[in-house]
Amino acid sequence: MKKTVLYDEHIKQSGKMIEFTGYLLPISYTSISEEHELVRSDFGCFDCSHMGEIMISGEDAYKFTDYLVTQNLSGPDLRMSYGFLLNENGGVIDDIMAYKYNDSKFLLVVNASNKEKDYEHIMKLFNQGKYNCNVKDYSDDISLLAIQGPNSSKFIQKDLVEKLDEMKMYDFKYYSILGMKFLISRSGYTGGDGFEVYGKNEDILKLYQHFTKRGMKSCGLGARDTLRFEAALPLYGQELDMDINPLEAGLSFGVDFEKDFYGKEALSKIKEEGLKRRSVGLELLEPGIARHGYKVYSEGKEIGYVTTGYMIPNTKNSYAVALIDRDEYKLDKEVEILVHKRMVKAKIIKKKFMDKKYQK
Amino acid sequence: MVDIKKGLFYTKTHEWVKVEGGEAYIGLTAFAASELGDIVYFEGPDTDDVAQGAECGVVESVKSASDIYSPVSGKVLEVNEAVVDSPELINEDPYGAWLIKVELDSKEELKKLLSAEDYEKELANA
Repeated sequence: MKKTVLYDEHIKQSGKMIEFTGYLLPISYTSISEEHELVRSDFGCFDCSHMGEIMISGEDAYKFTDYLVTQNLSGPDLRMSYGFLLNENGGVIDDIMAYKYNDSKFLLVVNASNKEKDYEHIMKLFNQGKYNCNVKDYSDDISLLAIQGPNSSKFIQKDLVEKLDEMKMYDFKYYSILGMKFLISRSGYTGGDGFEVYGKNEDILKLYQHFTKRGMKSCGLGARDTLRFEAALPLYGQELDMDINPLEAGLSFGVDFEKDFYGKEALSKIKEEGLKRRSVGLELLEPGIARHGYKVYSEGKEIGYVTTGYMIPNTKNSYAVALIDRDEYKLDKEVEILVHKRMVKAKIIKKKFMDKKYQK
Repeated sequence: MVDIKKGLFYTKTHEWVKVEGGEAYIGLTAFAASELGDIVYFEGPDTDDVAQGAECGVVESVKSASDIYSPVSGKVLEVNEAVVDSPELINEDPYGAWLIKVELDSKEELKKLLSAEDYEKELANA
């Protein structure tokens, strides 16, 4: 079992540790509801050091990365973008963030659970072409703090000379704090304002201790999941997987059909033939919580399954995201979810459970 | 150390029973409440009777759902509506927030349950 560089800090703060994709990480410190509220009303820090970081650099970095990922990379330097690594069937190997330094340097940030699979896929494509660039996996050398919430900017600003608020959503830049160098992007996984801070393992430990001394509170994986769900952001393994394509998951904004990318042929064909399923929002009309894998019915017929569901912390609102037959989709239509041997009424709604608050 | 209340009977599945005459109150232990985390939903049995070791309700936390197993057999006299309305009471006061009140079929069944001491050992060995 792997530990992140912050493991001892989690223990000191009485983090309730669980295994997550091979790492020991805190599910919560106080409670999921409290930590959820903290990030919505103030700010909190998540240890995301388990995430993977793969650097592609050299003359053909643009050419290679552009073929690898589905998103358009032609935008300005020092911006990040969201997209996918696809398999030959148009299914999703991983959803990833691409940090564009310039045309000859890209950092791909990938899900912890997919690191090995991604790297293997990347190297397969790399070895098939003749690309003049390097691919290097820095996952074990880099740690990551996600500092999220409306007051995160004000908090980090105290350690910086430069104005952090000149940074917009998805911008990134290197900053110096306590004489150490960090890559900071205005981004996150909560649907609110926030920052992701990357650095060398030992530097992230020092920064974490410094920020904690200054009053930063930490949050666990539990709140990370309820927050991303409330913002209707996808989680790989639930909303996305090898058998779910980005179009039926409702994430076509991350796919640029104007360019070439691996898996495009299959995905174009799927698009032309028409999508079979659709990712929808559900509002439960009776008490209960719809969990991953619970089946969804319409007039007694099975039409799909729940990918994620929660009762939004500190509310009585129980929502779910489900993948259902496209023909069954109609806004406000009443369906049923099999919750614990019991049919619970639900209504199809827009996949939007809150208003996002990004720094535009 | 997790709170274990003396004078109650316990199960390996982390329910407690408090016996008052021929009636029994059933709840979840402090250990169960702490393991589950924020409890947001409780549903009592959908039958008039419960049987020892059989499901007698569901409790859900933010993160997961768990069945509750009845420590005793008997007729369901009452489901605690206060807990149905405010499931967080289980986290706040696990030994106060009883879930179901049952008319005991047989006190003999109590012999199959754990004492506070046995339950403490059970947790220590888990």
